[in-house]
Amino acid sequence: MMQLAIYFCYLAVSLALLMNIWRLYIGPNVVDRVMAADTLVINSMVLLILYGIQTKTTLYFESALLLAMFSFISTVAYCRFLMRGDIVE
Amino acid sequence: MNIALIVLLPLLGSVLPALMIRSGRNSCVASAAVPSFLAFSLLLTHVPAVFYFGTTPKVSWPWLASIGLHVEFWVDGLGLLFATLILGIGLLILIYARSYLAAEDPMGNFYCYLLIFQAAMVGIVLSDNVILLMMFWELTSLSSFLLIGFWSHLPAGRQGARMALTVTGGGGLALLAGVLLLGQVADTYRISEIITRRELIQSSEWYPTILMLILVGCFTKSAQFPFHFWLPRAMAAPTPVSAYLHSATMVKAGLFLLARLWPVLQNDHLWFYSVASIGLLTMLIGAIIALFQDDLKGLLAYSTISHLGLITMLLGFATPVAVSAAVFHIINHATFKAALFMNAGIVDHEAGTRDLKRLGGLMWLMPVTALIAMVAAFSMAGLPPLNGYLSKEMMLEEASHTKWMDSKQVIPTLVTIAAVFSVAYSFRYVFGVFAGRVRHDYPHHPHDPPPGLWWPPTLLIVFVIAIGLRPDIVAESLVKSVTAAVIQDQAPDIHLKLWHGWTPAVTMSGIAVGGGVVLCLMYLLLRKVWDILPRPDAKFLFDALVAALTRGCQLINDFVHNGSQQRYIFMTIATTIALAGWAFASYPWALGERPQNPITAPLIVGWILVIGSTMLVVINYRNRLYALIALGVVGLFSSIGFVYVSGIDLALTQVSVEVVTIILMLLTLYFLPKHSQPESLNWVRLRDACLGIAAGIGMGGMSWLMMTRNWSMESIQGYFLANAKSGGGGTNVVNVILVDFRGFDTFGEITVLGCAGLAIFAMLEGLFRGKLLSKLQCWKPDVVKTADRHPILMVVVTRVLLPMAILVGMFIFFRGHNLPGGGFIAALIVSVSLIMQYMASGFGWAANQIRFKYHGLIGGGVLVAAATGIGAMVGDRPFLTSWHDHWHPPKFMGIDFGDIEAASAMAFDLGVFLTVIGAVMLALAQFSKLGTLTADSRVNQTPMDCDPSRSFSSQHHSPKH
Repeated sequence: MMQLAIYFCYLAVSLALLMNIWRLYIGPNVVDRVMAADTLVINSMVLLILYGIQTKTTLYFESALLLAMFSFISTVAYCRFLMRGDIVE
Repeated sequence: MNIALIVLLPLLGSVLPALMIRSGRNSCVASAAVPSFLAFSLLLTHVPAVFYFGTTPKVSWPWLASIGLHVEFWVDGLGLLFATLILGIGLLILIYARSYLAAEDPMGNFYCYLLIFQAAMVGIVLSDNVILLMMFWELTSLSSFLLIGFWSHLPAGRQGARMALTVTGGGGLALLAGVLLLGQVADTYRISEIITRRELIQSSEWYPTILMLILVGCFTKSAQFPFHFWLPRAMAAPTPVSAYLHSATMVKAGLFLLARLWPVLQNDHLWFYSVASIGLLTMLIGAIIALFQDDLKGLLAYSTISHLGLITMLLGFATPVAVSAAVFHIINHATFKAALFMNAGIVDHEAGTRDLKRLGGLMWLMPVTALIAMVAAFSMAGLPPLNGYLSKEMMLEEASHTKWMDSKQVIPTLVTIAAVFSVAYSFRYVFGVFAGRVRHDYPHHPHDPPPGLWWPPTLLIVFVIAIGLRPDIVAESLVKSVTAAVIQDQAPDIHLKLWHGWTPAVTMSGIAVGGGVVLCLMYLLLRKVWDILPRPDAKFLFDALVAALTRGCQLINDFVHNGSQQRYIFMTIATTIALAGWAFASYPWALGERPQNPITAPLIVGWILVIGSTMLVVINYRNRLYALIALGVVGLFSSIGFVYVSGIDLALTQVSVEVVTIILMLLTLYFLPKHSQPESLNWVRLRDACLGIAAGIGMGGMSWLMMTRNWSMESIQGYFLANAKSGGGGTNVVNVILVDFRGFDTFGEITVLGCAGLAIFAMLEGLFRGKLLSKLQCWKPDVVKTADRHPILMVVVTRVLLPMAILVGMFIFFRGHNLPGGGFIAALIVSVSLIMQYMASGFGWAANQIRFKYHGLIGGGVLVAAATGIGAMVGDRPFLTSWHDHWHPPKFMGIDFGDIEAASAMAFDLGVFLTVIGAVMLALAQFSKLGTLTADSRVNQTPMDCDPSRSFSSQHHSPKH
């Protein structure tokens, strides 16, 4: 049962990732692309956790943790760049 | 030992004149003469051993056994003769030069170079190892270059020096190849053994190559045709140099080597036809050109070329009697030619010109000089009873019965013609300068020179006359012993006397003298003919050749190295594809048999994402922000891929570095255009696309082939997996490798990272001053800025995140040895959270809050890592040996801490941690500082735009700095 749930989650997350990259390609302006990249990171975090659940190990948890922290920082940097240009003022 | 001293004394003593010149010119000469004289006396102590007892003293010290180079010297008859000539004439030249050089010439330098040359020349003749001989050979070329270009303010001096160095250096290269081949074939590099192995060398298939290479080397050094053109240009040197190097010693080095290798290289066909023909041709050409020279030194230079050709020809005849004639002529030529050059120098010094058209009638004004010149010149012409006559007679005798390609007339005829011209130019020298009426238009007033200038040539003239009058007492035994040394056999039975009876040689001499007188009388007519004839100018050809070569090299260089990054990448990738493709096509290939891992849907999606985002970067590179976002996605999915193949440390590192890179790029993108223009043509981009695709196919294909086969070598993972816990004390194998097994490598890497950070700092410091600063201060940004500089929301969130991020960092640091993590990742986490504070609250405020300098962090980190390593050395172990242990602390307040492990690798990791923080923060802080200097910047002191904890009226922004 768990296996089926995991496969279904994989499918869903994969679809989400494909939709994200589609938005990255299409997005008419930069803000859309930044959003797409941020969502991509969140979805890949989910992928990592799923992989950990499937292989029954906690090794991949810190990777997901770091991904979350760093994606926040890079999105903030992009936004500051768009708003003020100079990200460290 | 004292044989080595003979070579070393002038070499070590060469510094003395350069220093002693400060005490005046006389002490300079004395300090130069003393080592030379000492070497000469040491040499003479070997005369009884070599000439009376027939032994050859040798010394040998091992040096580089793997290439056969040892410091070996020996003294045999040939070496002793040449060394006596070098050192003896050298002493006379030292005294002559003292009076010759003007007050403003740097005499210390001159004597220094002269002594170096002397040491190198003596090294050539006394060396017993062919490779050592080559070292001294090149040293003579080099010191000759320095001496020819001594008057470096004259263009003729510089060009002559360059031409001499090019020709003799190129010959030296060929000679080196020939000598190495000779040593290989003879199986030894020791000269005294090589010359006993004639059959071995002559029967080898390499013999013609060896002979040709050695001949090229000797002919370039001894100015034989067609390499003779550098010698007249070298006459731009001061006259003592010409007298020493280019008549008596250096140009004889080639002849010395020919004589030294005569026993093994000579035979009746290849050696005879190459050496004798070139020698004969040179003799003839040199003599003809010498007659029509107007410059005194030019005339003497061409006559030197001619006489060297004579000696070469005699060595080429390959009979023992010819060899003794050659040896005899070497001695005689040295004496009279050096005297003549010194004489030319005296005339130049006193009368102020060397041009024959402006000289004449000096006999009445400078009688002593005229006497010296006449004796020497008549000896050069070959008139009895002087020594030149004796050796020329021997040469004519030999030439008269040598057959050239079955013809008995060719050689005697050509030799007689050369002798005619030699008499002619000798008479032209003497009568052109000294005979005739006294003129009134000399540049200076000529008179007899001071003693320092005329008694060295007089001493040589004494030898000329003494050898000429009584050769059997003075020279015969010497010539016989040296000939025996050359041919490594019993000396031939020769008698040196003035009258041998009415031989063909006497006839030829008579014709020569008569013909020479006739030519002299007809000189003006001949000169008109000569001026009409087209003559190739060697300097013009040489310069044209060098210029053409330079242009060709410049063309290649401009194509490959034209300053464009695209060109460099193109050349690199194209060359790699060509070479790899050629290597690939030369061998058969097949796929391996390892089974593939199963492919699942997420993997396909991941693949699409990586490829897709890379394509987005490539297609949209001109829209720079878009490309940067796509680049971040590529990095993200690379790290997901790393997690899939269990490279978790790698994935963590990739993600952290990705973020730092993005921040760095955004910092600099502020100053750059956000959209770039198309920079290359369509066909160029098509070409580069095809090249990239080819390179990608190659690289991917190669990886595929490698991954599908079982490797014959064992992978290193077995050893590390087995020994990580026991040897390093940790279960995270990657981390244990980094800080323990390969700790020295990591130590080097953090040093490099620290240097890189410091270099970035230093380079950016240059932007904060001078012209660049004023440019920066006028710069205005091209984006529209929103109103909130430091929004309060962002400040609060990042401030709260800071301790949490540092906590995560320390967690990752401490667990790194056993679980994925480590010092590097922890450092990146901490630095990113610190840079967040810079981003949120601004550079001015954040920089004030940092209480320690980042440079100190870098240095401190490296020192901590080094201290960990040195701590191991204190315990008498090699550098960076690690230690690990675990203990079980007692129960404390009911808490069981369990098993705590500690390893010294953690201290090393701490060093890595500190260095990385220092380097990354230094780079990022320095980049951030750039933005504070632009036209519209205002550096803030408050952490956020509007601080609710302060009252509204007390808020302000500090004025622009």
